[in-house]
Amino acid sequence: MDPKEEIKKSFIAAIWFMFLTFPIMVVRVDTIEHTVTWRWERLIWVGAAFFLLSFIWRRLLDRKLTGPSATDTAPAHAAPRWKHLTADSRLKRPALAAAALFFLAVPLLFSWNKTILVTNALIYVVIALGLNIVVGLAGQLVLGYVAFFAVGAYGYALLNLHYAVGFWSALPIGAALAALFGLLLGFPVLRLRGDYLAIVTLGFGEIIRIVLENWNELSFGPSGIDNIPPPDFFGLILNLRQTHIAIYYLMVVLTLLTILVVSRLQHSRIGRSWEALREDETAAQAMGIDTTRAKLSAFALGACWAGMGGVVFAAKQKFINPGNFTIWESILVLCIVVLGGMGSITGVVLAALVLVILPEALRVFADYRWLVFGAMLVLVMVFRPEGLVRARRRVYAFEPTESDKTEGP
Amino acid sequence: MTPLLDIRRLTMDFGGLRALEAIDLAVHPAQTVALIGPNGAGKTTLFNCITGIYRATAGDARFQAGEGRCVPLRGLKPNQVTALGICRTFQNIRLFGHMSALENVLIGRHCRTRAGIAGAILRSRRARDEERRAAADSFRLLKKFGLAGHADAPANSLPYGAQRRLEIARAMATEPRLLLLDEPAAGMNPQETRELNRMIVQLREEEGVAILLIEHDMRLVMSLAQHICVVDYGRKIAEGTPGQVRNNPAVIKAYLGEDDNA
Amino acid sequence: MNWDYLLSLFMGGLTRGSIYALIALGYTMVYGIISLINFAHGEIYMIGAFTALIVIGVLTLAGWNGMAILLIAAAAAVVYAAAYGWTMERIAYRPLRRAPRLSALISAIGMSLFLQNYVRMAQTANFLPFPNLIPDFACLKPVAHIVRASEIVIYAVTALVMLLLTLLVKFTRMGKAMRATAQDREMAMLSGVDVDQVISLTFIIGSAIAAIGGVLIASHVGQINFYIGFLAGIKAFVAAVLGGIGSMPGAVLGGLVLGWTESFFTGYVSSDYEDVFAFLFLVGILIFRPSGLLGRKQTEKV
Repeated sequence: MDPKEEIKKSFIAAIWFMFLTFPIMVVRVDTIEHTVTWRWERLIWVGAAFFLLSFIWRRLLDRKLTGPSATDTAPAHAAPRWKHLTADSRLKRPALAAAALFFLAVPLLFSWNKTILVTNALIYVVIALGLNIVVGLAGQLVLGYVAFFAVGAYGYALLNLHYAVGFWSALPIGAALAALFGLLLGFPVLRLRGDYLAIVTLGFGEIIRIVLENWNELSFGPSGIDNIPPPDFFGLILNLRQTHIAIYYLMVVLTLLTILVVSRLQHSRIGRSWEALREDETAAQAMGIDTTRAKLSAFALGACWAGMGGVVFAAKQKFINPGNFTIWESILVLCIVVLGGMGSITGVVLAALVLVILPEALRVFADYRWLVFGAMLVLVMVFRPEGLVRARRRVYAFEPTESDKTEGP
Repeated sequence: MTPLLDIRRLTMDFGGLRALEAIDLAVHPAQTVALIGPNGAGKTTLFNCITGIYRATAGDARFQAGEGRCVPLRGLKPNQVTALGICRTFQNIRLFGHMSALENVLIGRHCRTRAGIAGAILRSRRARDEERRAAADSFRLLKKFGLAGHADAPANSLPYGAQRRLEIARAMATEPRLLLLDEPAAGMNPQETRELNRMIVQLREEEGVAILLIEHDMRLVMSLAQHICVVDYGRKIAEGTPGQVRNNPAVIKAYLGEDDNA
Repeated sequence: MNWDYLLSLFMGGLTRGSIYALIALGYTMVYGIISLINFAHGEIYMIGAFTALIVIGVLTLAGWNGMAILLIAAAAAVVYAAAYGWTMERIAYRPLRRAPRLSALISAIGMSLFLQNYVRMAQTANFLPFPNLIPDFACLKPVAHIVRASEIVIYAVTALVMLLLTLLVKFTRMGKAMRATAQDREMAMLSGVDVDQVISLTFIIGSAIAAIGGVLIASHVGQINFYIGFLAGIKAFVAAVLGGIGSMPGAVLGGLVLGWTESFFTGYVSSDYEDVFAFLFLVGILIFRPSGLLGRKQTEKV
C-alpha cells in the first residue's frame, strides 16, 4: 500500500488514542488533597506507541484477510517450518525426555521457593486441562470454574477437620465432589447456549465464594481454615522443605496422569462427541449424540480435575480462605486455555507454565499481568483463535490406495 | 404393506403462523419419496418435525423401528430419532467443520457404538476393537462416496460438492432405515448432480434404505422418486407417481403462479 | 409494619433499578444487533464515572462550582464513554464479526479485563470520593429520610433518556436502520443499510447511556473505583435478560424489577447474600422463562 497513506492512517490512530486516553492517562485528581497532577509525558508515549501499533495492527489484519489461510484449509504439509518440528516424531521423543528430566531435576536445580512456584504452575496445568475439556473440547464457556477448585480445597479441609479424612482418601473424594458439583451446575444450564452459560457459571462461581465468606458455621467465613495437614508420604517424617519437595513430585505424577487420561478421553468416542457438540450442537444431536449426556459428562470430567487440584492446593498451602477462589482464578485458567489453544494439550501445558511462572519470575511484569492477559485474550481471538499450539487432528492409519486418490468428481 | 414412516395429519404452528397443515405422508420400505414445492412451503419444517428438532403441534408420525416395533416419533429428541433409524442431511451444510472428514463419519457411528468413559480412559480391549471397527467402517463409507482421499482433511476445507457427499456419508454411518435428504443437489453443477444421482441409486440398491428427498432439481427428482408429494403453503396439494404429478394442474399453478386472466 | 421503611426500600429499589436500566439498555441494544454479550459494557460505565470525576476535579481546582461543573462533567463522560465504546467495537468485535460466538465472547471478556486494569494502573486501585454536586432541594426536606435529591434526579434523567431513546428508535431514519439490522442483518445490508455504521452507532448510544448512569450513581453513592463496572455490569445484564434480551422496554422493566426485588431482599431478608440473590434470580429466569418478561420466543433456524 501507499506508504503516505499508511503514515496518515497511523497518525490519525495515534491522535485518536491520545485523545481517548487523555483524561485517564494524563490527569490524576486527588479529591482529598484537592490537587491535580498532569502527566504530559504519558501523552507522548501513548502517541508514539499507537503510531507503531497501528502499522502492526493493519499488517496483521491484512495478513489475516488476504494472506495464506493455508493453516486453515490445507493439511499439515502447508504449515510453517516450526510446526514441522513439533510434528516430527523423531524430535518429539528427545524433547519429551528432556522435559521429563528437567521436571524431575527441578527441586535439585532450584531453590525451595522456586520449586513451590513450579508446583503451583503444575496445579494450574491440571486444572487448565480440566477446563480445556469443557471449553476447548465441548465448547461450553464456563467462567465459574474456580468453584470446583474451591469445592476440592474446602472438601479436603473440612473432611479433615471434622472426620480426620487423610489426604490420599480426600484426593478421589475431592474429585468426586467436584464432579458432583459439575453435574449440579450442569443440569440447570443444559439448555443455555454460549453467552448465557458464561454469565450463569460466572454467577455460580461467585455464589460459592460468597457462601464461603458468609456461612461461618460451615466455612469459618473470611478467616478461612488453618492447619490443613500435608499429605502423608508412606509414614515418613518429613520437615517442611522435604514435604514441599514431596508435594512437588506428587504434582508431577498427577500432571502426567491428567495428561494421559485427558488425551485418551479426547481421542475416544466420548471426546469426539464433545467436539461435535462444540462444532454444531444441532447437527450433533441430529447425528445421534445425546447432547445432554455429552454436556454433563464434559462438566463432570472437567470439574473433577479442578477438585483434585483443589485438594493438593489446600494440602500445600495449609491455609485456605475464600480469597483464594475469586473470579480472577477462573479468568486466569481461561486465559491459559485460550492462549494455549483450545483443545490442544501441549498448548495448554505450555501456556499454564508461562502464565503462572512468568509473572512471578519477572516482578515488573506482575503489575501488568492482568492488563496483558486482557489484551492477550482480545489479540489471540482476533489474530490467532486457535491459540499458540493448534490442536492437531488425529490422523487415522489408513493409506488411501491410488484408485481412491483418482476417484471422485 | 405397512409403511416405514406413516405421517398422519401433522400440523406445526409457529406462534400464529401455520407452517404445516394436516400433512399425510407415507414412505414404504426401500421406497424413494420426493417432497417438492416452492420455497417456504414447509418442506424443511416437515423434516424438522420428523427428526425431533421441532415438536409438532398436532398429528403424529409413526416409524417401523424393526422387530415389529411401531414407534410414535412425536416428543422424541433428535438423537433418539436417529437411534431408531432415521437420519438426515441439512439444506445448509452442517458438518463439523474443524474435524476431519473421517471424524465426521465417526460421529455418525456414535449411536451404534457403546464405549464409555471407563473404556476410553483404560483403553480396554473392547473399546479399542470397537474404535478400530468404527474407523474401518467409516473409511469404507468415505470410499463409497468418493471421499477416501479427503479422509484426514478438515471438513470445511473440502470442495462444496464433496461436503454435500460427506453429509450423506455421515448420515449413512448411523445405519438409517430411512434417509432424509434436504436438497442434496443444491449448488451442484450438472455433472456433480449426475454423480450424486448415481450414488443415491447405488445406495438404494446396496443398502435397501428408504429415502425421503427434498429437491428442486426436477430432473433428479423425476429420475429417483417413485412417489412424489407436493406441498405449498404448508398443505399437501398433490401426490402420486412422477407422471401423475407432472400433469397435475394444481402443481403447475403452484409452480408457475396463478394466471389472473384465466 | 413500618411504612416509612417500606417506602424507603421502594425508593432505593427504584434508584438501583433506574441505574440497572440505563446500563441494561446498552447490553440489550448491542445484543439485539450483533447477538453478543458485551462483557466490557460495565467498564464503559466505570470509565464514564472516572472521566466525570477527573473533569470535576480539574474544574473545581479552576474555581468553578455548582451545577455547571456537573453538566460539563456529564457531557465529557458521555463523549468519552461513546468514544471508548466505538473504539472497543472496532478493535475487539469488528474483526470477529464472522467468527464463532465463543471467540467474540472471549474477546469481550479480554476487553473488560483490559479496561479495568488500564484504569487501575493509570489512576488508582483505591476508592476515590466522588463529590455530590446535586444540591438538596429545600422542598424535599419533609421526605428527606425516604428519598434524596440525587435520587429524584436519577428518576428524572432515566425517564428522559428512555423517552429520547424511544423517539430515536421509533421515528428517525437511523432508528429504522437499527431495527432492520436487528431483525435480519443480511437483509438490511441488501436493502442498502450501512450495517457497520449502525453497529458503531449502537455502541456509541449504548455507551453514552451507560456513562450517564455512571455519573448519576457515582454522585449518589459518593465513591468510585476501577471495579464498580464489573458487578454493575453483571446486574444490568441480569436485568436485560429478565426483561427479555433485545427488547428495550424489557431492559427498563427488568432493571426496575431487579432493583426492587434486591432492595426488598436486602431490607427484609439478608444483605450478606445480596449478590447471590441476583444470580439465583438470573438462573431462575433462564430456566423458567428464557425469553424474559417481554422478549419474543426464538426458534433456531435449521
